[in-house]
Amino acid sequence: MQAAVASKTNISLKGSTEIVTEFFSYSINTILFQRGLYPPESFTRVAKYGLPILVTNDQSLKDYLDNVLKQLSEWLLSGDVQKLVLVITDIVTKEVLERWVFDVTTDIPKEGEAPRQKPEKEIMNEIQAIIRQITASVTFLPLLPNACTFDLLVYTSKDLAVPQKWEESDPKFITNSQQVKLRSFTTTIHKVESMVAYKISND
Amino acid sequence: MNSNYETAELEQLLSLNAPLENVEARWQRKARQNNSNTNNNNGNNGGDRFIPNKMNIDIGHFNLTKENSNPNPNAINNNSSTSTSTTATSSTTNNIESTLYKDTLANQLFESNSGDLESKILSFKSKAPVGNVSSSTNSLRVLYSQNQVGSTPTDQSLKKQFRQIPQQPERILDAPDIVDDYYLNLLDWSSQNVIAIPLGQTVYLWNATTSEIQRLFQVEQQDDYITSLQWTKDGNYLAVGTNSCTIQLWDVAHTKKVRELRGHAGRVGALAWNDYILSSGSSDTNIFNHDVRVQNHHVSTLSGHSQEVCGLKWSHDGGQLASGGNDNIINIWDINSENFETPAHTFEQHTAAVRALAWCPFQPNLLATGGGAADRTIRFWNTITGVCLNTVDTMSQVCSIQWSTTYRELVSSHGYSQNQLCVWKYPSMVKCAELTGHTSRALHTAISPDGETVVSASADETLRFWRVFEKENKLPTANRKSKEVSDGSMMRNINSLIR
Repeated sequence: MQAAVASKTNISLKGSTEIVTEFFSYSINTILFQRGLYPPESFTRVAKYGLPILVTNDQSLKDYLDNVLKQLSEWLLSGDVQKLVLVITDIVTKEVLERWVFDVTTDIPKEGEAPRQKPEKEIMNEIQAIIRQITASVTFLPLLPNACTFDLLVYTSKDLAVPQKWEESDPKFITNSQQVKLRSFTTTIHKVESMVAYKISND
Repeated sequence: MNSNYETAELEQLLSLNAPLENVEARWQRKARQNNSNTNNNNGNNGGDRFIPNKMNIDIGHFNLTKENSNPNPNAINNNSSTSTSTTATSSTTNNIESTLYKDTLANQLFESNSGDLESKILSFKSKAPVGNVSSSTNSLRVLYSQNQVGSTPTDQSLKKQFRQIPQQPERILDAPDIVDDYYLNLLDWSSQNVIAIPLGQTVYLWNATTSEIQRLFQVEQQDDYITSLQWTKDGNYLAVGTNSCTIQLWDVAHTKKVRELRGHAGRVGALAWNDYILSSGSSDTNIFNHDVRVQNHHVSTLSGHSQEVCGLKWSHDGGQLASGGNDNIINIWDINSENFETPAHTFEQHTAAVRALAWCPFQPNLLATGGGAADRTIRFWNTITGVCLNTVDTMSQVCSIQWSTTYRELVSSHGYSQNQLCVWKYPSMVKCAELTGHTSRALHTAISPDGETVVSASADETLRFWRVFEKENKLPTANRKSKEVSDGSMMRNINSLIR
């Protein structure tokens, strides 16, 4: 294993995992704020990727995200993650209303391979573009009519042992959905493609 | 053991006394065949029939044709202990072939999901905390639902809370030459279901039951016009105030002027009946009380305003008279107090002329008042204690107020900018409906004798009828009627059959 992102241009597996995990953390926070799943006053503004991003203050929500992301980064490191999906469901009817899909393709460098090169600035710009798109998506996504909750689904390799605190879930697809593809970014090791699917309202 | 399975079986079958060791019972074989879907070598495995499972008909067909192409008698029973090494190998190749086939079949059938089949979907057991966002506090709702006129969520929330109020007027009548003056009272609906409205110099009566129009009379002088009118309780007589300071009493049934009351020094803009007492408010700032039965009709004068009196209403029990004036004052006159001619209460909280006055029909001593363009509020008063109970800013000039006799609601009519009628819940003062349609301020309103319809007269020269307070128990009776009718028709049919 190479040293963690020592130089600005060499990308290691560990560094790449950190970048991707961090991206997931901020994008999930952005989605939760923008879609109004939690009261806006429970978010604080931080500067990241050259953008103001709203991050939750709610301790129980923070704990939940930390737990998930910690496990997720382990799986990213081993290259087991295929997808991360944020599912928004109606609390009362349990109907799936939105699915935010982040496809992850991992290309773990082989032993003795020359270190991958990509300027950090470039990666940050790509991430910035995605976060901007998430923020802008509230303009076309249908208004969530009732109180909603969310769940995070991680698609992993078939042969992965399920940790004790995790359970297998159904994919929670949306019936009658519209999909919008968002931008993607790559650290040369992990490539993340984002997409949002939402329920088409009947009227 | 004999290498040839079939001969061995034949021998065992021939020696009938010997116990059958290697032969399965029929039920065992059936059970095994059902269990082993993967090894579908049952085509000629002693089974008498091949019954394809419809779900796997492709696989079944494949297996059938495969066995025809590879008629290896040794491969028929790979579970048997008599299998030789050669049959074992051929059965493993068979297995590999069938799994390969199954995989390709599965891939073709579930092509779209093939990616998902290769992955596990995991989620954290302890779920995310539920945000305590009530949908009404969602700031995005304000942003994205404000301009939707008939947006479904708000409509649904209205429907849940309130009964359905028709948004369109039931009927629209033309009212040409209606005088556009805030200080006049030009509309009244009698208990005999007749609406009186003066258009310029002429009083017209419109019978709401028969839709007949009757022209009652026209004022004589050229520059005169009608400033107010009011029905008596029984609806037989109509009091009409004019710009020429007179009050005329008309017998409607005979289209005949019964009396003319003089005394005011200014136009008579407001009239109110209390049995045989007629109170009249005038631009000379005085309120006169007339006893219409006697020769000297003028019985008392109430002087409490400094400008024109434009609103006048007796309470339902006849004990108190509320008057509103252009001086922004409301006076309450109590007939039972020692000194009737000084107001029991004077309310000065309104900041514009008070024309809209309405006594609550279900709660005694409750008065609703509405202020003009500079005030825009509806206030509620306890007229015994003189306390202001509630204030609502309506964001628009309040022209008139009517209480519902059926529901705990009231309707107010407004001027600029929407010229709308608003239906309010009392006492929460939640707006349950907004009826738009008038293109100029809705100056006057009146309520039908059955309490269901409100008519509004506007400066846009129309009368609009709104079914605001439709009684809910009406529908079931209508249904019952139609049921009776259908029962009757049934009877008739039976009768015709009998004959």
